[in-house]
Amino acid sequence: MEERRSPILFTFLCFGIAFLYIPMLVMIAYSFNASALVSVWGGFSVNWYVELVHNRQILSAAWLSLEIATIASTLALVLGTLAAIALVRFHHFRGRFLLTGMVNAPLVMPEIITGITQLLLFVSMLKLFGWPNRGITTIVISHVAFCSAYVAVTVQSRLASADRSLEEAAMDLGARPWRAFWDTTLPIISPALISSWLLSFTLSLDDLVISSFVSGPRSSTLPMVIYSKVKMGVSPDINALASLIICAMGVVVVTAGAFMRRAQRIRERDIQTAARSEGLVSTPIRYVR
Amino acid sequence: MLPTLDPIIKRAMSPGSYFLGHLGRWLIIGPPLLFLLVFFLVPFGFALKISFAEAALRIPPFTEVWTITADHHLHLTPSLANFRYLFTDELYAVSYLYSLKTAFFSTILCLLIGYPMAYAMARASKGTQGILMLIIILPFWTSFLLRVYALENIIRDTGLLNTVLMWLGIIDHPLKLMRTTFAVYLGIVYSYLPFMILPLYATLEKMDLGLLEAASDLGSKPWRAFFDITLPLSLPGVIAGSMLVFIPAIGEYVIPALLGGPDNPMIGRVLWDEFFENHDWPVAAAVSIAFLLLLAAPMALHQYTRARDLES
Repeated sequence: MEERRSPILFTFLCFGIAFLYIPMLVMIAYSFNASALVSVWGGFSVNWYVELVHNRQILSAAWLSLEIATIASTLALVLGTLAAIALVRFHHFRGRFLLTGMVNAPLVMPEIITGITQLLLFVSMLKLFGWPNRGITTIVISHVAFCSAYVAVTVQSRLASADRSLEEAAMDLGARPWRAFWDTTLPIISPALISSWLLSFTLSLDDLVISSFVSGPRSSTLPMVIYSKVKMGVSPDINALASLIICAMGVVVVTAGAFMRRAQRIRERDIQTAARSEGLVSTPIRYVR
Repeated sequence: MLPTLDPIIKRAMSPGSYFLGHLGRWLIIGPPLLFLLVFFLVPFGFALKISFAEAALRIPPFTEVWTITADHHLHLTPSLANFRYLFTDELYAVSYLYSLKTAFFSTILCLLIGYPMAYAMARASKGTQGILMLIIILPFWTSFLLRVYALENIIRDTGLLNTVLMWLGIIDHPLKLMRTTFAVYLGIVYSYLPFMILPLYATLEKMDLGLLEAASDLGSKPWRAFFDITLPLSLPGVIAGSMLVFIPAIGEYVIPALLGGPDNPMIGRVLWDEFFENHDWPVAAAVSIAFLLLLAAPMALHQYTRARDLES
């Protein structure tokens, strides 16, 4: 298809990619600017990073956000995977239609609506049952709700395309269904599990709108702190913080991706080896015939 | 085999039926179903109820819609004032239409920029495709809020763009870009472009290039082949990508709040202000419900195309 590769299209693609990356690269460059005036280059400095480490408000907010993201993405992984198994493996059950709708709707629901409705639920529940107080608990619950939808959709498509012959073979050999699933299908879908956990983690870490609605007086997450600072104008220490977060996320995602690709290649090689050894066994038999 | 046994055997063999027993199945279905029911669906019921209440100076800041009196009589006191208010105050209709317009034109812009990009990606060699895919996906994996903020460094009065243009002598005083409609469009296109590219790329990559060769063998011009073959075949990707940009763009809050000005009354901002500045929870609930009803059609279309995708 060489002749279909048009240089104009490729130039356009490069411009598009530049459009996506230049703002982030510029921000990283500014974060090393010694001058507090963001328009003037005052020399290279890591001053803003040092200042960041001494900012108690940002540090505690970052810690809170990491805590929430870890708990929420882990719970979402469990609930979302269960939902995916239910939707792929059980064809008829009461509530199937409801569950399908509820794992797809959060993906397109405007965050602001999810935030308002969940806040109204929490205040009504607090009045009726005395639980939950607005704070970490309510933020985690809200994050689990939308993250589990992302997990369910990701795992669902991977599970639906997974080859079930290994699992069936395991069951033919006497493994219990749950055990056969755990030993054969779970490893196959594990890349989807890892990537959906990571996705949930980043979504939770980044959420501003929903958290703003359901958080309590002493539970400002990192995006909420950043947003209130940004609202007042550009500040160089936020450039440093944003650069740190974006780079950390980038490194984690690329590493995880490379790791999963390697695991995938090893599994494919194993399957090939198995197929080849099977070929070795079957060849003499064919000769006998 | 007797034909009458067939359905029974088929049912016994069908995946799922032998996967786990009845209890085991509900141990799997139950937790996510219950959780999402209570914390995702039921909240809409509460929002609906509270949209019929009235704002009040108490905690929580609204009146009761119903009360049960001492002699077990249900006492209903719903108020339609909030919904009446939505129709009488112009702000809501204007901001809703404005959001629709903004989302629509942003989607078109994303499509115009994203389609050639996805097309170029789909025609790259297999190895390059993997790398390009990673490059397009990576921004989506970092932070949405911080990427919007990163734009501010570029388009501020003292930002990079104005500095460079002034240094080149193209302009002699900074262009006003922040807090304008341009900034809102830029922000939406910048943030949502990957959402448009990925489904487009997925459909274009699967396309059978033999069709294009056949068309050119039969004497069709490249642009003619594009409009007759490539574009219709990539339509599912166009629809999926457009929905992924259009739906969240309507309800967008962060972009108009950070980059937009008073000329950009998007519905997300109006809702936010109603809640955090006017503290009128019942009106906010009513706006949410009305907004949701208006979103129902595009959401249903999205759901439908996704369901069809999963089946194939």
